[in-house]
Amino acid sequence: MPEIQNFTLNFGPQHPAAHGVLRLILEMDGEVILRADPHIGLLHRATEKLVETKPYNHSIGYMDRLDYVSMMCNEHGYVLAIEKLLGISPPIRAQYIRVMFDEITRILNHLMWLGAHGLDVGAMSMFLYCFREREDLMDCYEAVSGTRMHATYYRPGGVYRDLPDEMPKYLKSNYRSDKDLKKLNYNREGSLLDFIESFTEKFPSCIDEYETLLTDNRIWKQRTVNIGIVTPERAKNLGFTGPMLRGSGIAWDLRKSQPYEVYDRIDFDIPIGTNGDCYDRYLVRVEELRQSNKIIKQCIAWLKDNPGPVISDNRKVAPPQRGEMKDDMESLIHHFKVFTEGYSVPEGETYAAIEHPKGEFGVYIISDGANKPYRVKIRAPGFSHLAAMNEMVQGHMLSDVVAVIGTQDIVFGEIDR
Amino acid sequence: MLRLIKSLTLYELLKGMKLTFKKLFIKPVTINYPEEKAPQSPRFRGLHALRRYPNGEERCIACKLCEAACPAMAITIDSDVSEDGTRRTTRYDIDLFKCIYCGFCEEACPVDAIVETRIHEYHMEMQGENIMTKEKLLSVGDRYEEMIANDKASDASYR
Repeated sequence: MPEIQNFTLNFGPQHPAAHGVLRLILEMDGEVILRADPHIGLLHRATEKLVETKPYNHSIGYMDRLDYVSMMCNEHGYVLAIEKLLGISPPIRAQYIRVMFDEITRILNHLMWLGAHGLDVGAMSMFLYCFREREDLMDCYEAVSGTRMHATYYRPGGVYRDLPDEMPKYLKSNYRSDKDLKKLNYNREGSLLDFIESFTEKFPSCIDEYETLLTDNRIWKQRTVNIGIVTPERAKNLGFTGPMLRGSGIAWDLRKSQPYEVYDRIDFDIPIGTNGDCYDRYLVRVEELRQSNKIIKQCIAWLKDNPGPVISDNRKVAPPQRGEMKDDMESLIHHFKVFTEGYSVPEGETYAAIEHPKGEFGVYIISDGANKPYRVKIRAPGFSHLAAMNEMVQGHMLSDVVAVIGTQDIVFGEIDR
Repeated sequence: MLRLIKSLTLYELLKGMKLTFKKLFIKPVTINYPEEKAPQSPRFRGLHALRRYPNGEERCIACKLCEAACPAMAITIDSDVSEDGTRRTTRYDIDLFKCIYCGFCEEACPVDAIVETRIHEYHMEMQGENIMTKEKLLSVGDRYEEMIANDKASDASYR
């Protein structure tokens, strides 16, 4: 009689449900998982090392490419750390713009997560509905920064440009009548803020649509309820942050516990779960969509009433306005200095963290007083979540691995860095 | 009791299907690319171009700020004194494979010479075509000058 052995299964790195390049070695007993061993490093681009070789501002664009579904939040963590070392703070309008775009990013990220998670578990149409709304937010990104994804918009000392007063419109073509065109452009007549406002008005009903399709659905519940349970104690010990921690019932949110920018002036709640399973984390994230929507509304109301500068007037850090630079010799010198040498950051070390859509995203910088960081360490939330993979899937079936990967909201850009 | 009835009649599934069924009758939200295109911001950062002054003179003065500001080190510049005694580039190469389209070159340029245009539909057929030489950049700039000038003018007040 042949000896019966456990079967070892290779999951990924080319598996569509592996969210990028995750390679999981699964030790199976029949269809039950005994051990899961995640292998990472397939998307390693040495970002931390790369940052050491460049002046501070050069690396903002590389932060976008860490977690490539929540771009501006990554930038935020990085510029916040630099600002902390420099001891400067951005103008209040820039802080509101940052908060607004952080929340837009949170919606972008959670929509991507909801769509992909739904697709993994079998709800095909979720993906389409989520991407419909993502498109509008991508347009906001493009209107403000010029790119749909890798924005490079935040700068130490503020943001690059103020919000545009005009929203790009659909152009006339042979495929659409004037009436249809007008319908397409109905929310693009005003400024970017008007466009975002009309989005926030329609978005709650979109969330209701997602919830109609998923929340009570018995198939969805069968696939997520009691899958990947993490107790509050274990969640803390495993270093969970963000919705993963809140799903387990711990009300911890950096926006509340140590408010950065203007979060202390804004009214919002943090949802928490009770069981700590995939379904609770789904409910937490959906409620976060609603809360983000609420925050964006408050930011719009403030931004509409309060024009002002959006970047620091410290010319050693932020370059002068172009008009000024062309007329004034001193400004031109500052312009050249900022773009060639950058700025020197005082010696010291700092850690700045923000509430990233996935959890606590922190940047730790050591400066030796030069114009380049001596060392940069990025604390990616996904890394500690992935480390708990083995614990979360043990004893579950093979198909539940997909649900757990989905609920962890893993993006390999940030884990491999 | 109500829960049992709801459960037996597949209430929540039917509700979901109703939503999906309703969507059959709405107009599609997609557009017919490439016949019609999605809105594009004047701030869009696409293919690079080198601009000229209205009198035909090259704007670029070979100050190499863009080269210094480029995080990806995609720009290579050599400079010399031209026949009329001005400082000009003899070589201005942008490697499109290295470029990360961050827009720092445009931000750094003190004379608005290097710009990123809204052109995003381009391709390469041969090895080496990823290098945008000075001639190629200038020809893009000449061809789309009107569009570039409009875009830059509409964004000038914010920068």
